[in-house]
Amino acid sequence: MIYKGRVWKFGDNIDTDAIIPARYLNTSDPKELAAHCMEDADAEFVNKIKEGDIILGGENFGCGSSREHAPIAIKAAGISCVIAKSFARIFYRNAFNMGLPIFESAQLWEEVSAGEEISLDSVRGEITVAATKKTYTINPIPPFMERLIADGGLMKHIARR
Amino acid sequence: MGHTITEKILMAHTDLQDISAGQLINARVDIALGNDITAPIAIKEFRQAGGKKVFDKDKVALVLDHFTPNKDINSAMQCKFVREFALEQNITHFYEGGKVGIEHALLPEAGIVLPGDLVIGADSHTCTYGGLGAFATGVGSTDLAAAMLTGELWFKVPPSMKFIISGSLQKWVFGKDLILHIIGLIGVDGALYKAMEFAGETISKLPMADRLAMANMAIEAGAKNGIFPPDEITREYVENRAKRPYTFYASDPDAEYSDVIEIDAGLIEPQVAFPHLPSNVKPISRAGNVKIDQSLIGSCTNGRIEDLRIAAEILKGRKAAAGVRLIVVPATPAIYRQALEEGLLETFLAAEAVISPPSCGACLGGHIGILAEGERAIATTNRNFVGRMGHPKSEVYLASPAICAASAVLGRIASPEELI
Ligand code: SF4
Repeated sequence: MIYKGRVWKFGDNIDTDAIIPARYLNTSDPKELAAHCMEDADAEFVNKIKEGDIILGGENFGCGSSREHAPIAIKAAGISCVIAKSFARIFYRNAFNMGLPIFESAQLWEEVSAGEEISLDSVRGEITVAATKKTYTINPIPPFMERLIADGGLMKHIARR
Repeated sequence: MGHTITEKILMAHTDLQDISAGQLINARVDIALGNDITAPIAIKEFRQAGGKKVFDKDKVALVLDHFTPNKDINSAMQCKFVREFALEQNITHFYEGGKVGIEHALLPEAGIVLPGDLVIGADSHTCTYGGLGAFATGVGSTDLAAAMLTGELWFKVPPSMKFIISGSLQKWVFGKDLILHIIGLIGVDGALYKAMEFAGETISKLPMADRLAMANMAIEAGAKNGIFPPDEITREYVENRAKRPYTFYASDPDAEYSDVIEIDAGLIEPQVAFPHLPSNVKPISRAGNVKIDQSLIGSCTNGRIEDLRIAAEILKGRKAAAGVRLIVVPATPAIYRQALEEGLLETFLAAEAVISPPSCGACLGGHIGILAEGERAIATTNRNFVGRMGHPKSEVYLASPAICAASAVLGRIASPEELI
């Protein structure tokens, strides 16, 4: 898979209350959740992004609550994938289970600025910055996670077994 | 090589002869929990996958505690959706209305989760049950759907960190202060993907309410689970609650730990976590002059009867300061009744507190106690992220019930020493 888009950069410890505030959890409708994606971190976020754009987080992205509404909101907002230095564990599970592609790269965050165009090739495990052509490797995905994604998420994986 | 208590519990729920940190396993689940926010997504996933019957109606717990009593039409719809599923599936542990309590206070109290269990919950603070010597971890809604369908779930066996805590606690220092201190020490990702195992002479004397409060906040350090070795205190707590057999596991002396951290509890003062991270802690003596608009005593961290007794001891004969809204939330109906019988509710009413029904409400900025722009709350809860209890420009400070009660009286973050 190739993911191509502009980078939206966030700092460390972006928590699930920032990704989708609890006050909107009285619904699980992806469209409604998407309308408030990242609202408490950047109130204008959903108005600024384009389909396919990429979120770049720092350490411990998605910490806090277990709400699957967080990866749902990100996916439904049109974000193609999330790259971070590291992910909080429940967010990591949720993303693979429900099919939001996520990747780890520590170096990219240090060297790429917000708004830059990048492309990520998940098969080659490589990120390329469009302007500079500089490449970065992404941490390999564990084989079990690859199987989950290939099967289309946890429930489909279970159904296949 | 020996095993940690976490590894032993996980292993006992598989058919494997040996497991080690880092290994991916499928394990059987004793209890799978969902609430009014997370269960709707799980139920939809369950049905989409062709699910007709849950794997075991006695092993699923559905607790409508977050936006209840229903705060608006959407919340009512979510609850209705879960209720219909619970009735259709004849779920044994279904709680709502006057039976509902905050899930992580309710499940141990009702003897639904027990030592040695493997518990998953679509709620991050499911790790609370580690206080009983269970392996308990928060997962997502899809995980809950998978567990409801198959009775199993995938896990990566976590490496364990050991916290050896010794020394006697100072007056007004509780489990809450210990865990805040530890999170301050290691950071909000200091235990990422790991198990936090608590041991040492302080821990062996620590009451169950404090253990549950500490395990509750393991997730605030990024941990997969927090766990206490079960002992006589555990036995006393579960003895009259358990309706099925349970098992005490203990770590082997030669078990392997990724880190061993020793802490002298005697040196720890009451702690306060400043906005906007649970790791941003200061001892009360260095809190400075922080004026507050609201004090919240409740939640799955500190809404137990022991917490309410401490708060009442400080509030007795006193009133919340002018301009401070004091909210007390007994975490379960049984705690509510006990507080009534012990006269604690009378003390709270005399202190001009609002007594809320058992609900997550204010803790997650849902309802019953939302903060306005620029307002500040001190709370016995577990999270102080931006916007957690209301407006994105409001602030939450985390502390023990003792600090929250004293602060309510004085109108600023303060120690009970100033009053008693
Ligand atoms: S009381 Fe707060 S932290 Fe605990 S389950 Fe409810 S919302 Fe979550």
